[in-house]
Amino acid sequence: MLGQTTSLEVRTLEGVTFSVPIASPFSRCLALAVDFAVVVALTLLISQFIGIFQSSVAEIPVIGSILSDFGAGATILLQFIVFTFYGMVTEWLWSGQTVGKRLFKLRVIDDRGLSLGVKQIVIRNLFRLLDILPSTFYLIGSISCLITKRCQRIGDIAAGTLVIREIEAKPPEFEEMLAPGENSFSTKPLLEARLRQNTSPEEARIALDAVARRNELSPDNRLHLFSQIANHFREVAEFPDEVTAGLSDEQYVRNVADTLFRRARV
Amino acid sequence: MEIANESTPALAVSCTFKRQSRLASTESVLHIPHVILDLDKFIAKERPFWEELAELLRVQSEDAGRTPPLSEARRFYYLYQRAAADLVKLKTFAGEAETARFLENIVAKAYSQLHSSGGESMPFRPLNWITKTFPCTFRQHWRAFALSIGTFAIGALFGAAALKINYDLKADFIPPQFAHLNEKPSKRVEREEKQDFDAFQGRHTFSSQLMTHNTKVTIMTMVSGFFWGIFTLILLFYNGTIIGIVMFDYLSDGEGIFLTAWLLPHGSFELPAIFIGGQAGLIIARAMFGWGTNLKLRQRLARIRGDLLTLITGAALLLIWAGIVESFLSQYHSDRFYPWKIGFGSIQLLALILYLSLSGRHRSTGTPAA
Repeated sequence: MLGQTTSLEVRTLEGVTFSVPIASPFSRCLALAVDFAVVVALTLLISQFIGIFQSSVAEIPVIGSILSDFGAGATILLQFIVFTFYGMVTEWLWSGQTVGKRLFKLRVIDDRGLSLGVKQIVIRNLFRLLDILPSTFYLIGSISCLITKRCQRIGDIAAGTLVIREIEAKPPEFEEMLAPGENSFSTKPLLEARLRQNTSPEEARIALDAVARRNELSPDNRLHLFSQIANHFREVAEFPDEVTAGLSDEQYVRNVADTLFRRARV
Repeated sequence: MEIANESTPALAVSCTFKRQSRLASTESVLHIPHVILDLDKFIAKERPFWEELAELLRVQSEDAGRTPPLSEARRFYYLYQRAAADLVKLKTFAGEAETARFLENIVAKAYSQLHSSGGESMPFRPLNWITKTFPCTFRQHWRAFALSIGTFAIGALFGAAALKINYDLKADFIPPQFAHLNEKPSKRVEREEKQDFDAFQGRHTFSSQLMTHNTKVTIMTMVSGFFWGIFTLILLFYNGTIIGIVMFDYLSDGEGIFLTAWLLPHGSFELPAIFIGGQAGLIIARAMFGWGTNLKLRQRLARIRGDLLTLITGAALLLIWAGIVESFLSQYHSDRFYPWKIGFGSIQLLALILYLSLSGRHRSTGTPAA
């Protein structure tokens, strides 16, 4: 059901496991709306161009009406081609992305984490004709997205694809993130050693994650969270007042993370 | 926050990692709980390699068709392996989420670049596709095609029988877009044969409408197979019913020649294209049921993907030609030209049958070419 699986877990031949976050139905809807707008804009553009062509040739004797009819026929064909091939061409050119997917940082991939094949691109886009039913309400595709573990529409199931969220992650700058300047805890190496000794990797990770994501928190939550974490680490290793005086809870946790991750030395 | 009761000495990270990686396998290292990686040092050391890999990925993604030189491919593979190993180290010894996310991202992209979903290494050769791939694929699934035609024929018989029993049902069966078929056939023939035929006026529009409509119907007949073939069969039966009604109507009104001259030139391609769409739909249906195989659904669907694409492309090509013929030839109704039109349609149908039956076979064995 909805939200049952939020990431694709891939285990490589080398035994390395990594996960890729699966796009939510909501973000897919937004991307779809953008793509729909692009398709409509393209078809309108084509109609405009051909309309200009028709009006310019209409007065030509004998062949004017033939060319005009040719324009009308071309409009119908080109609109059909845009509707059918827009997704195929863009996903092929941009390795699984359309304009909407690029905007919302989504990408179509093979459901085993492999690169997307041309056959898969064509099949998933042909099945769109089924997914958009009834009419163009996308009801079948939506229901399929909601009831499948990996949020796949029928085209995705048939083509063996799924839509993932792209992460533009960068390794954090620890120089800036951890204790800026001198860590006051470093004056107490024995207590630092005790802190390292009594801290599990999970606890250390909580401290580091809190520091890394501090700017994503609301002010109240930030105060509350760092207060809880700082109190916990105060119990793990009690530093004297001379090194903690004037330290906010957040600064205390940054010192802890700095001690655990940066200053760990034999 | 849960606090671990164990108090295994926390060793200095880089030292610990080096020693343990020498002594233990990855699996055993994974179970040592209290080791924290010197993240700062680790990232500083590995970052240039990650950034190099990210740059190679960026270059490759900007030109999807690019084939990198061997030296670059080797370097790419080395960097991928190194990043993957770093990811394992990071998850095992540090668990820092931000860096792990970054590494997972580039490892996932590199893994995707290195491993394709397979079966697409052969370059597309149009002539080979026309002379071998399409007809051989068609013959490989002839049972599905036979079922497709059979269902259509049953629908046609049903339509004819329904009309014979109650002629008034005709208006109920004929869809609104074909409302002109509600006219009595002999009246239509009389009217059409008196009309001057303008070979071009309105033909391009009509041709485009036919091509797009028929292509949509054929694709829909195929993709409906996903629901275990039920809707594919319904669509084939329904289309058969309409044709059955029209044929019975014209034949019973003594307009058999008009009907043949009208339908055969384009129908000899259009109807087989729809049957091929049905064939593709029934292939999907078989994959959905999974008869005669222990493969999982995704594997079963993966196996038929190439065949579906071949069949639907073939059907689309047939429909494009059928659309042109229907616009520029089929609608030209004159008793002088009926023999020519019937001859043209018959030759076309015969050629299609021979092509689909024989093309791509080895002459010596009569078996499909590899």
